[in-house]
Amino acid sequence: MSEQTGTGRTTRTETAPTGANTGTPAQQALLAVLVSGERPPAPNALSTSITFGHRALLKIRHVPEQLFDVTLFPIIMTLLFTFIFGGALAGSVEDYIQFFMPGVIVQSVVMITMYTGTTIRNDIEKGVFDRFRSLPIWRPSALVGMLLGDTVRFLIASAVMVGVGLLLGWRPQGGPVGVMLGILVVLLFSFSIGWIWTFIALLMRSSGAVMGVSMMVLMPLTFASNIFVSPTTLPGWLEAFVGVNPLSHVVTSARELMGGAELGSSFLIVLLWSAGFVLVFGPLTMWRYRDAR
Amino acid sequence: MNDLAIETSGLVKTFGTTRAVDGVDLAIARGGVHAVLGPNGAGKTTVMRVLATLTRPDAGTARVLGRDVVSDSKEVRRRVSLTGQFASLDEDLTGRDNLRLIGRLFGYSGRGARSRAEELLDAFSLTDAGDKQVKKYSGGMRRRLDIAASIVVTPELLFLDEPTTGLDPRSRNEVWDIVRAMVSGGTTVLLTTQYLEEADQLADRITVIDRGRVIAEGTSAELKASVGSGTLVVRVMDRADRPAAREVLGRELGVEVREEIDPSALTANVAGSAGVTRALTALEDAGIILAQFSLGQPTLDEVFLSITGHTAEDVEPERGSTEKTSTEEQAA
Repeated sequence: MSEQTGTGRTTRTETAPTGANTGTPAQQALLAVLVSGERPPAPNALSTSITFGHRALLKIRHVPEQLFDVTLFPIIMTLLFTFIFGGALAGSVEDYIQFFMPGVIVQSVVMITMYTGTTIRNDIEKGVFDRFRSLPIWRPSALVGMLLGDTVRFLIASAVMVGVGLLLGWRPQGGPVGVMLGILVVLLFSFSIGWIWTFIALLMRSSGAVMGVSMMVLMPLTFASNIFVSPTTLPGWLEAFVGVNPLSHVVTSARELMGGAELGSSFLIVLLWSAGFVLVFGPLTMWRYRDAR
Repeated sequence: MNDLAIETSGLVKTFGTTRAVDGVDLAIARGGVHAVLGPNGAGKTTVMRVLATLTRPDAGTARVLGRDVVSDSKEVRRRVSLTGQFASLDEDLTGRDNLRLIGRLFGYSGRGARSRAEELLDAFSLTDAGDKQVKKYSGGMRRRLDIAASIVVTPELLFLDEPTTGLDPRSRNEVWDIVRAMVSGGTTVLLTTQYLEEADQLADRITVIDRGRVIAEGTSAELKASVGSGTLVVRVMDRADRPAAREVLGRELGVEVREEIDPSALTANVAGSAGVTRALTALEDAGIILAQFSLGQPTLDEVFLSITGHTAEDVEPERGSTEKTSTEEQAA
């Protein structure tokens, strides 16, 4: 084996046959690290969550392909829908994109949140969660950290889309601050619905099933919303659904903030929905997490 | 308080209709290595997962280092470490990153976690592989890193779930040396294995599990003694001598002497070595020349056979397919 050049390894191979007595250099080195394994003060919940968030970002560095879904996918969504619907719905691409851009940001980011569930499913199957769950730390921190790491990915997706929007002629009246605040609302909501996917991931036994259920929930939510068209054009029953759809309120809030308009009641409704998702699906997730396998 | 490392009573865990663990009572003292031996699907892994607080028992109680695994699970987690059957590591990250991550989670500062990672990489001879992704590690390296990750903070009790399954003999010996070093450092080790030789080599005491139940417990020597005898094997030089040799041995040993399929071999179960020398001398006196003879203690295989009525190998698949079977056990 080519990796056998370290000093520790050299002594080991020379002096540690089967049944070696304690006291060979290799074993002394092991004993030394055992003795020095003093326990530092226990870390707090925030610190362990951030450590897990850091892990998610390290993974991006080693597996950069993971960034496709937060770069190419949003770009395709933006271009596709702007050019398909732009002319028909608003007369021109430039006119439509003023209306459409905040909505498509919401849609793309919310769609990407699905990957949280499949990532957790894969982690559980590979066994690394056994290690995390056997550590003496605040138990939700592995999941919170993963969602925090994903929030960074959502931020990347949002930034990419803002860039594409600007190139296509989007001119948000709220200015940079309004756009950033709008994105913050989207990130908050995305973090919260992430808990639905973590719960589903712990409920289902395969990442394919997790994906399927997530799609089933998200497709109606994203299309039966005010993302593409104004709900006043819809039949009454559908308009009513769009009115209670939390995504519509996220879109409205984002439009208000990015468009420089006054923030209406939608923002409050978004906060309530977000809190509700965390309060309901957070404990459900942790309940399943006790026996995760 | 008591000084038992592990104490369970009537432990039950079911998956659907399968009773993976079916009333297990254990009393394992602190210190040394204790092996849980059994074929695939016997419930070893499930017992260990209950003890490591990774899954909750459906019935019965389990105390680890004096703490209940359900009501006091966080205290248990503070004191134990688990090295799972499949590498419990993040394969996308490097070995160094994995150790630093665990270090941070135990509360080391950024710098502290880094230097602890270096110490461990060095002690486990992984320094040169530290910047490689774990998915590119060999089985032996992966297992060493896994154990290193388990002792970032030295545990009082270390769980090793099939630590050498799938390893080549050389890597297996390395893992054995690590286990021995840990024990001499004062850590109690509980390991599961389906290899009789491993339990024989490493463990102070052995619990034999089959179909979710404990079927025997004791030292390797006690388990062997429970079978009651060793085996004398004799091969004659000239096949024609075999009937005569059988008669002489039967007379001298006073036990049944069996003819093996090998046309020159005879075997007999003997109580000890006392009568054997006399019997061999009698063969010499009768002018029967032997090609070979041996007197062996019963192997743990024979122990297993005598306790369960089937050998461990009956249900044990090839080494290479163990992962699959265990996954099925968990998915059941």
